[in-house]
Amino acid sequence: MGDILHVETVEVAKQNPAFAKALTDLLFQLADDDFILAYRGSEWLGLAPHIEEDVAFSSMSQDMMGHAVMFYEMLEQLGVGKADDLAQLREVKAFSNAILVERKNGDGEYNDHPHYDWAYAIVRSYVYGLYKQVRLEALAQSSYAPLALVSRKMMTEHRYHLMHWQVWLKQLANSTPDARQRLEAAIAKVWKDAGELPHLGPNQVDIVQFGLIAEEEQLKQKWLTLTKDIFEKAGLEWQGEPGVPQERGRHGEHTADLVQALATLSEVYRIDPAAGW
Amino acid sequence: MAQEELQLHEGLEATCWELLQQVTDPEIPVISMVEMGMIHKVRVEADVVHVEVLPTFVGCPALEIMKKNITEKLVEVEGINQVQVAFVYDPAWTSDRIALDARDKLKSFGIAPPPLDFKQGDTWEVACPYCDSPYTKMENLFGPAACRSILYCRHCKNPFEALKPIY
Repeated sequence: MGDILHVETVEVAKQNPAFAKALTDLLFQLADDDFILAYRGSEWLGLAPHIEEDVAFSSMSQDMMGHAVMFYEMLEQLGVGKADDLAQLREVKAFSNAILVERKNGDGEYNDHPHYDWAYAIVRSYVYGLYKQVRLEALAQSSYAPLALVSRKMMTEHRYHLMHWQVWLKQLANSTPDARQRLEAAIAKVWKDAGELPHLGPNQVDIVQFGLIAEEEQLKQKWLTLTKDIFEKAGLEWQGEPGVPQERGRHGEHTADLVQALATLSEVYRIDPAAGW
Repeated sequence: MAQEELQLHEGLEATCWELLQQVTDPEIPVISMVEMGMIHKVRVEADVVHVEVLPTFVGCPALEIMKKNITEKLVEVEGINQVQVAFVYDPAWTSDRIALDARDKLKSFGIAPPPLDFKQGDTWEVACPYCDSPYTKMENLFGPAACRSILYCRHCKNPFEALKPIY
């Protein structure tokens, strides 16, 4: 690639099939990450530790769901399918979210003895949120102008999410031994999956060459530097190189947890996909 | 385009702007979408009016309601048969876009207006919209709507909301 590519509109994007394909693949990763984690967030409704947190967590999940809708709508404009259908009717293997975001909130089911893990919710949301910040900053420089614009807009909202999780992390890290222990266990659990977040999937070469986003290694290093600094300031031990799960989410390989999530979230939509909402 | 036609369009556009003063964000009914700085452009082509709206928050659930309210309001205008509402992100909405004289209306509704010219790293200090005391406490960064936080005034002992600085 010689000149730096700059694609202003969806019409121009569609004229180059390889570009459109790379953009489609990236948009699915962005949409699916936010969509599935927002769904997991919604499963905390009524269960968060106190009422203010219930309001806050719902609000953040709603923002993230809004971001997912935006990415699905960009896919719709590319002619990939209707946004609602893309979210609700795709097969599990068509999802390219990272495994970290699909893991259940803890033991039990939402409607049946939900013994969820609040420390895991904090650490997962924060670690993902820090990666999302780095990713949005990279997307703000994307060769696809509509994506750069919405990324800048999303950052104005996302900064409040980071502020919120920072407060929780700091408070639990400096709280009782029980809180500290649970937080450390949650960090260890999140860290086993977190290394997959910066992966760009099977089409990564095109995604990067077309200038849609920075390369994996660059995203990863920026995110790790940012996260390390925050963990150390909270007095938490740095875990080093993050692990990757057995399944490769960006390649459409998923756990039974995603099967359950999709079956639940799309149950009503599947009854009558033509209904207006 | 003929001169007459151009004048007609400009007249229609002015009428639309005026009517949009009556359309409010359903979650902040005290000021209009125009005062919120959410209406970017109004353009009339033949009998179609195109309205460009800048969302405050990407996932705001009130957006569809606002779209419907704009459409219902403008389709009444004589000479307009169709209303096209588009959400755009260039320029991005920021809280500095709120009209200066609308900031007092927000206060009268119990919502502290966002700080002006806010930058990364600034401290967000909020004065109570009822008594103007700076002696306030953040209760929840996230409030009943995505754009607002919940605070408490330790001086007059009232709970209140504040619009988040979006910059």
